[in-house]
Amino acid sequence: MSVVTATLPADPGPDEQEIRSRTGRFVSLRRVRGMGIFLIGLAVIMVLPFGLKVPSNLSAIFTLSEPPSITVPNLVQPVRATSIGLAIACAIVGVILITRKSSRGSYLIFSFGTLLFLWSFLVWVGRGTSLNFVSLLAETVIYSTPIIYGSLSGVLCERSGVINIAIEGQFLAGAFLASLVASATGDVWLGALCGAAAGALFGALLAFLSLRYGADQIIVGVLIDAFALGLTNFLLQEIFTDHPNLNSPPVFTDIAIPGLSKIPVLGPALFDQNAIVYGAAILLVVIHLALFRTRWGLRVRAVGEHPTAASTVGIHVLQIRYTNVILGGVVAGLGGAAFTIGSYGQFTSNMTAGLGFVALAAMIFGRWRPFGGLGAALLFGFSISLVSFIGVLGVNIPSPLLAMAPYLITIAVVAGLVGRVRPPGADGVPYKRE
Amino acid sequence: MRLELDGITKRFGSLVANDHVNLTVEPGEIHCLLGENGAGKSTLMNILFGLLHADSGEIRIDGAPVTFADPGEAIRDGIGMVHQHFMLVPVFTVAENVALGFEPTRRFGWLDRRSARAQVRKLSTEFGLEVNPDAVVETLPVGVQQRVEILKALHRDARLLILDEPTAVLTPQETEALFHIMRSLKASGRSILFITHKLKEVLSVADRITVMRLGRVVGSTAPAQTDEEALATMMVGRNVELVITKPPGHPAGTVLQLEHLTVSDERGVTVVEDVDLEIRAGEIVALAGVQGNGQTELAEAVVGLRPVRSGSLRLAGVDLTHTSVRQRIHDGLADIPEDRQLDGLVLSLSIAENLILDQYDVAPFAHLGVRNLSAMRANGDRALNEFDIRAVNENVPVGTLSGGNQQKVVVARELARRVKALIASQPTRGLDVGSIEYVHRRIVEARDDGAAVLIISSELDEVLALGDRVAVMYRGRIVGIVDPGVGRETIGLMMAGGGTPSAGNEGVTEHVGVSAGEEP
Repeated sequence: MSVVTATLPADPGPDEQEIRSRTGRFVSLRRVRGMGIFLIGLAVIMVLPFGLKVPSNLSAIFTLSEPPSITVPNLVQPVRATSIGLAIACAIVGVILITRKSSRGSYLIFSFGTLLFLWSFLVWVGRGTSLNFVSLLAETVIYSTPIIYGSLSGVLCERSGVINIAIEGQFLAGAFLASLVASATGDVWLGALCGAAAGALFGALLAFLSLRYGADQIIVGVLIDAFALGLTNFLLQEIFTDHPNLNSPPVFTDIAIPGLSKIPVLGPALFDQNAIVYGAAILLVVIHLALFRTRWGLRVRAVGEHPTAASTVGIHVLQIRYTNVILGGVVAGLGGAAFTIGSYGQFTSNMTAGLGFVALAAMIFGRWRPFGGLGAALLFGFSISLVSFIGVLGVNIPSPLLAMAPYLITIAVVAGLVGRVRPPGADGVPYKRE
Repeated sequence: MRLELDGITKRFGSLVANDHVNLTVEPGEIHCLLGENGAGKSTLMNILFGLLHADSGEIRIDGAPVTFADPGEAIRDGIGMVHQHFMLVPVFTVAENVALGFEPTRRFGWLDRRSARAQVRKLSTEFGLEVNPDAVVETLPVGVQQRVEILKALHRDARLLILDEPTAVLTPQETEALFHIMRSLKASGRSILFITHKLKEVLSVADRITVMRLGRVVGSTAPAQTDEEALATMMVGRNVELVITKPPGHPAGTVLQLEHLTVSDERGVTVVEDVDLEIRAGEIVALAGVQGNGQTELAEAVVGLRPVRSGSLRLAGVDLTHTSVRQRIHDGLADIPEDRQLDGLVLSLSIAENLILDQYDVAPFAHLGVRNLSAMRANGDRALNEFDIRAVNENVPVGTLSGGNQQKVVVARELARRVKALIASQPTRGLDVGSIEYVHRRIVEARDDGAAVLIISSELDEVLALGDRVAVMYRGRIVGIVDPGVGRETIGLMMAGGGTPSAGNEGVTEHVGVSAGEEP
């Protein structure tokens, strides 16, 4: 064979951006400019309705201390001056984005800009009155908790290649059974355990139908959601109407962590919560480490990306998928328990209100990573708690309209407004051994 | 390792895929298994690797009988397989892929990533398989990905390596580099079972050759005792023309004219830059180049699947630069696409339906918006005979055909029209010798009927066999148009971006890929 000389030419120009797009989130410079223009638009809102339209003598008072934290003075902010100052800062951030040459880190800068807007918005909302900033944050954490559990459940399932649309149903089942068992026994821990078991049961159903019979995972998941809704409504009527005492469970009590809970502002929000909230934090770390640092995690991700490759090195694809889908059910069931024995107590009809789907969106927004999902869950949790705050303050916006805000954010996220993300390679694809 | 396959038989329903196959691989031997698509090579290898189970027969390793329930057991007994479609997780690093399934761990299943990396480094220095353990696999060129596959097998301590059509996806340079690696593995005492249907490769690298046809072993030989013609005859069962004899063309006026054509990819990067090319009626221009230098995008732009950024495209004087695909088909452009399964055929539709994809809505196949199925079937039946498509009848889904027969369906459809210009991208990729001969003959016939033909191929043999003129593309530009008579070396050099012929060609080739990314 005659020899063809010369070195292999370099791959014609896969620029740095493209390579990153394969491993992370792809951000084109055009999108970065778009973000910048968006921030300048926000700055205009901050100057006009939040700034100049507000009487110059009005101030907003943020309460910054609450037990058990040490006391710090309240933050008094003149509305007009603060808004205009923040608007200038936000516009500068926007200009920085527009003139950027590299897209690296743009999301961080963009997030900073939107935080400035949120601050200005809060000042505007709280004009002429006082706003308990600490409890706003604390509520954010509480609302975020089930979403964190849900997104972790999604991560566990989808990293192994199974789409878990059934999170919503697992939430409902977990919330219901946790309430029932905790009411009957008076033991919240037993309630949480049974909530997890209920989730696991629905996880097993999803696994069985989609892995054993190769049924479409999305359809099975949606059906499980509908089934769980119907079942809990039925049982609610059958059991709880006649025995209301079975639907008045004890709830997990807050445990203040010595020292940390004394930190002003963040202390009461993060370190004076109940076991279910702390559980979410622990699970977050454990799942992250297990997924990215252990042999188990490597195998799970291999199965989710390229199951055939995994099976040719002797990994049992279906076994891993079964395990993960059921584990995902356990986690979602715990998230369900957070609705009842983790905060509200009583089980009510459809009390999860689609947050299972929001959790799924959080997972996508977080790029199928536990901590990415955390960020998104906090964002959603914040928007929910903000909505309830605004309701209390009696701002002149119809409350059903406000209640839509978190879902609108979800739609925007899912539609990819905030960047293209890449799911695991074999996500939702049934596996058949050849 | 001494491997013996003794009387292996495997049936799928009434089809006998392997019929009492006997094969012996000695330690430190490169053993080639040669056969056309469908000869039963893959079935045999899947049995050997534990993916399928033989109905009868015995596998012996170093004299002792073994059975494999799954690939894990085959791996444990020292068999490694490099699959034709790589079994690599694209988003994992090299080290993660190599470690997967046999991960070095500390307590609690904690991954020992340092030792995984060290393991890759050690193996790659030992066998000259240079690769960065931290590189993400999907960003690597195909040739390097293949090295990762080989590393995977070595990491599991494979003493017999099965390479399933390893060169199908490689450039000539990468192929040479692979052969070098194979020789160094052989020198370390490992045995290699090399599956291919490329005759040149067999002769240059094999110690022993076993030829299969229709599920049977039809002969066994060594390179010194045979030549390409003899091997091809054994493989196909009849005499085949390896290099098509092509009468000189009679080119007339210019039909296809590209002027300053510039095309970008999805990300806006220029991939075809300022290309000027004229193809005359009755002429074949072969566009040579290493994959990924803009040929694919050029072909897509010409057939209308990709927008032209600047420049123009004319067919027989008509400006087609911004017209639709449909318009171009109407104007006499035919296209044999690079990926027939993706762009050429609808696999779940029947042969007859695929044959009229371009004219399902016009007479005689439709009348007043109602399809005429009997005309379609008659057309299909005719094409089966005329184009020698091997199928039960015209109503079977095209996806059930072999690669060669699928390509014949594409060729039959495209050449059924009145063709002024034919664009054929990698027209014989993955085809067996018999089908290659057939497709080549058809393309030359199209030329002799007065079509302007543009062949895009990364196979030098094909470029030289078909081209009346050879245009070489490198990094989006045409670096030269030459007569095929200038020889392989010159064209090979141009494909690599010019450069000067250096002394010790062999040495340069061996390091191909290692220096990928550097300017020549």
